[in-house]
Amino acid sequence: MFGSKISDSMLMILFVIVVALVPLLAAPFGAGYPALMQFFAIFGIFAIGFNILFGLTGYLSFGHAAFLGVGSYSAVWMFKLLSMNVLPALFLSVIIAGLFALVIGFVSLRRSGIYFSILTLAFAQMSYKLAYSVLTPITNGETGLQLALDDPRILDGERVAGQLPSPTFFGLDMNATTDVAVLGMDVQLNVGYFFSAAFLVLAFWIAMRIFRSPFGLMLKAVKTNQNRLNYTGVNTRPYTLAAFVISGMYAGLAGGLLACMDPLAGAERMVWTASGEVVLMTILGGAGTLLGPIIGASVIKFAEAKLSKFNENVVEAWFSFLPEGLGDSIAFVVAKFVGDGWHLTLGLVFMLVVTFLPGGLVEGARRIGGYLGRRGHKGDLDKLGSNVQGGKSTTAE
Amino acid sequence: MGILEVQNVNKRFGGLQALDDVNLNVEEGTVHAIIGPNGAGKSTLLNCFVGRLTPDTGTVMFNGQSLIGRKPHEINQMGVSRVFQTPEIFSDLTILENVMIPSFAKRDGAFKLSPFAAVKAESAIRDHAEEMLGQVGMLEKRNMIASAMSRGDKRRLEMAMCLAQDPKLLLLDEPTAGMARADTNATIDLLKQIADTRPITFVVIEHDMHVVFSLADRISVLAQGHVIVEDDPQNIKGNPKVREAYLGDAHDD
Repeated sequence: MFGSKISDSMLMILFVIVVALVPLLAAPFGAGYPALMQFFAIFGIFAIGFNILFGLTGYLSFGHAAFLGVGSYSAVWMFKLLSMNVLPALFLSVIIAGLFALVIGFVSLRRSGIYFSILTLAFAQMSYKLAYSVLTPITNGETGLQLALDDPRILDGERVAGQLPSPTFFGLDMNATTDVAVLGMDVQLNVGYFFSAAFLVLAFWIAMRIFRSPFGLMLKAVKTNQNRLNYTGVNTRPYTLAAFVISGMYAGLAGGLLACMDPLAGAERMVWTASGEVVLMTILGGAGTLLGPIIGASVIKFAEAKLSKFNENVVEAWFSFLPEGLGDSIAFVVAKFVGDGWHLTLGLVFMLVVTFLPGGLVEGARRIGGYLGRRGHKGDLDKLGSNVQGGKSTTAE
Repeated sequence: MGILEVQNVNKRFGGLQALDDVNLNVEEGTVHAIIGPNGAGKSTLLNCFVGRLTPDTGTVMFNGQSLIGRKPHEINQMGVSRVFQTPEIFSDLTILENVMIPSFAKRDGAFKLSPFAAVKAESAIRDHAEEMLGQVGMLEKRNMIASAMSRGDKRRLEMAMCLAQDPKLLLLDEPTAGMARADTNATIDLLKQIADTRPITFVVIEHDMHVVFSLADRISVLAQGHVIVEDDPQNIKGNPKVREAYLGDAHDD
């Protein structure tokens, strides 16, 4: 799937099928519950957007969580003031995050390289701190912005007394889940997941169009040689700013969707580790590739959900078949890498990937594909050569 | 009235007078060579034409418009292209993409937001880029990644990128530096062929006298930031001032 040259429309169809089947595919891994599947889709969107900036132009933003947070706050305000319908909420999320990105990008993009990264980091930390302090009337400080019974919600009619409403898409409750038994597994079909997944598909389609457009080509040219591009008559500033704003809008959409799934917004969504997470997702999956960021986001969210659940007792049970002392000491070490310490595992995996697979998991899959393909047609030397070429390209799937 | 007119240009870096009252007049449609020993200010002068440096004083007029204070992309959009001393290409992209980018820049201007157009559907741009690659003899390599090429090929690619913009003025910074004699001769032939078939004005900075006297219609000799002579090639050869400043020990014929 990764190594071969399939057309974009084929890729799109495959993508839609896989996304639609996620509740079924994730169930055997114990990942088929709504909250995690929603994270797959939402953080997939976040990472796709981040990749439009980082993967194409090479500008490494360390402040994208700010746009995620802004998106969440905007959505919750829309729920409070206007309606529990998710569309106006998402609309405002994207617009406000886009405006934020325009301002922050305009300033940050005056510098490149590490200075750009530091500027974006500074802006994100500023937003985070402001949300806790002076902006408390808007953000509700440490408690986080929540729905309240006395919110105006001017468009919504009758309401159940004493009960907080949940976000809906023209009557479809985001939290509604239908359980279906398939092959003895409990498959959960959640409205929120499919709603987010629809946006993931849209986000992926737009990213694909950008990758294939002259605009995307210019962004790739910025990454490989900005100097040459300037002397080729191209003003690189508006290109990078456009990429920054687009990726900020993606982050705003993701933040808005988070609020649609669970209508509250807190400042911790904007903290710098949240910005770092999307960087990890993109690089782990494969920066500059179309599918990489989504894969990276899913892998990290899956590992987070699974590894952080294990505690020392679970680990001891794994090694109980070993002799007493040995089993205990192995369990002692392994336990440091799970539970709260799952970031250790993440860090280790990240180091290995960056060192041995600079193109991320997608490159790993492509190498395996290339290896299998080579064993398949040994005689076809020409094709072999072109495979090696393809592996070096930065733009392949 | 020349296509490029440089008057009284001065540029100082700290205590060094890099350009000292430089005057230059490049006639349209000619190949104008700027020669001079190392550190004479040739590259500094070129950088003043493309917006990388701003002269302290003096004027640089291109086609009757001042170039002073303009950004590199603005100057390029006016019709001035530049080939660098070490080839500046988009090394992560394919050779065809490398040549399509300047074609897009020529057609779409300095910025165009077109996220939903498809590069694939731009057949006019692609045909044009392939034609340029054909001119420099690189058409069959068009799907290669540019970083995989030899240095000579990178130079030819950069030439194709500049030609794709159909510039009025093409600035070449030592186009044969570090080349073997055979490659140098191939480059001379290519440049001659372009100069004969297209209405492009060339300004060439060059060390290699063989290249200079093969190509140039007019030569300016720069020494210590000052133009000491501007004349036709045959007169330059015999000029005692030039011999003293430059050819004296460097000329190996």
